[in-house]
Amino acid sequence: MTTKQWRFLNRTLWTVSLLIAAVPFVFPFLWMLSSGFKSAAEIFGQPSLIPTVWHWENFVEVFTYQPFARQYFNSLYIAVSVTGLTLVVASLAGYALARLRFAGAGLLMLFLVSALMVPEEVTIVPNFFLIRWMGLTDTHLPLILLPVFGPHGVMATFLMRQYFVALPKELEEAGRMDGLTTLGVWWKIALPMSRPALAAVAIITFLFSWNLFLEPLVFLSSLELFTLPLALSNFTDPYGAPLWHLQLAATSLAVVPILAVYIIAQRQIVESFAMSGVKG
Amino acid sequence: MSRAENTTRPARGLRVPGLTLRRREAIEAWLMTSPTIIGFAIFFLGPLIAVFIYSTAEWNLLSRQMTFVGLANYTDALTVNADFWQVMGNSVIFAAGLVPLNMALALALALALSRPFFGVVFFRTIFFAPVVTSAVAWAIVWKFLLQGEAGAVNQMLASIGIDGPNWLREPDWAMAAVIVTRVIKMVGLNMILYIAALQTIPRDYEEAARLEGATHWQVFKMVIWPLLAPTTLIIMVITTIGSFKVFDHIYLMTGGGPENGTLVLAFYIYQQAFEFFEVGYASALAIIMFVIVLALTLVQFALRRRQVR
Repeated sequence: MTTKQWRFLNRTLWTVSLLIAAVPFVFPFLWMLSSGFKSAAEIFGQPSLIPTVWHWENFVEVFTYQPFARQYFNSLYIAVSVTGLTLVVASLAGYALARLRFAGAGLLMLFLVSALMVPEEVTIVPNFFLIRWMGLTDTHLPLILLPVFGPHGVMATFLMRQYFVALPKELEEAGRMDGLTTLGVWWKIALPMSRPALAAVAIITFLFSWNLFLEPLVFLSSLELFTLPLALSNFTDPYGAPLWHLQLAATSLAVVPILAVYIIAQRQIVESFAMSGVKG
Repeated sequence: MSRAENTTRPARGLRVPGLTLRRREAIEAWLMTSPTIIGFAIFFLGPLIAVFIYSTAEWNLLSRQMTFVGLANYTDALTVNADFWQVMGNSVIFAAGLVPLNMALALALALALSRPFFGVVFFRTIFFAPVVTSAVAWAIVWKFLLQGEAGAVNQMLASIGIDGPNWLREPDWAMAAVIVTRVIKMVGLNMILYIAALQTIPRDYEEAARLEGATHWQVFKMVIWPLLAPTTLIIMVITTIGSFKVFDHIYLMTGGGPENGTLVLAFYIYQQAFEFFEVGYASALAIIMFVIVLALTLVQFALRRRQVR
């Protein structure tokens, strides 16, 4: 064989093995989508990716079985609130830690670092009592406050601080000459220069909040207040056995929009994760 | 420079007579960090102190009576309660299975996908997609695929003549199934961290080695692997800690079963606290988890510092 043929063979083998490796990554999505259209009976019949009869009504029943539209909206508005609040709080603190000189900054950093080492499972029990004492159980407030001020918020603060530290100081100094306050410099100069960091924090925070499970499980009991992850695990018959056709239809509805956004903004999202992973 | 300018032409804003610039800067800094500090104190530091206190108490949520028992919850866990050591064993098996598998696969995928070729974006997109998917959705779908006879995995195995087990119902298989599905879910994250690291390695190094007649394997072993060491350690920290924190995946796929075969620490804490209402015992377990994660982090930080030198 010539080198050219070798190279072709080599490349084909590579692609084929990658395609085989991709099966367990792609197949669950395809299976989820197709099963969402099947009847409860067909789901357990001969496996096929294409349903014999398309049961579109599954996707209607998802919304009548429990207040799914409401739960969808809950997840959305909570994730948006968490993201917005995190961006403000983390960039304010991150800016102060990066640029302002104050006694106690070192100690503060140390305390914050310690938070990164503590899993949420460690503090969930006392947080449960705290939230109950505040009268906030079965409300959405803990689902907004805990992520913003927990370890995830600390990581966001760090990401912002690291980014601010690396920014050139000249523009900010020029801003001060022009009479901007510290807050003015933060808002009008530092933040606009930090778009990549803000985008990274926003993407990761949104997904983090959207996928949160433990906190909703502990704090919520009313169906109308459920968030998506909790709602998805709730398509069960009165005996607790899953209603697979509904569960998978609902799961498709929850996953497909996120996947669509991911595929469109694939590069940006992956870079955000890389940035936070390397720095955090 | 700016400080000197500032004194001649002070910035607007907080201006109280007799306040030095340095003072003002400190006050501003405290104000800007105060939301973080206050929120952190209320929802993190306070609870962390509280969990230490709870852990020394005999306190069942139903009895509503809190009695100080010293270290009894800890000694119970270590000596009396038979579940505890099984749970610890499970957690270690989970980590020991997940971390190497995840890292090896992540590295292999990264090596295959770090250079541009036709279809590279397509493959990267696919391997990363489960990372952005909610763990709940992922666990639900895999639970469905892994069912006994009716599950798609076993139907496919049957078509090539293999009689698959009832994956999530048999103690021997359940842990393996949970580990593998978790690896598929999370490996994309480590893959991109490895890709990012690989892309910082100058290609000259590799070309120089090639010119001296090094094989693929030699280039990897002598050039790439040592240069990846810091990344490998960071990934090891993140992945090990992540594996000790895994909760939703277990909760939804096996519920800790069968026969407590997949009962790991994070799930056990949840179960003790919110199903059995044993607040004191759950808190002691939480402290044990805290210590493990802290120790892991410190050991590996030390390791990393040595590696970097």
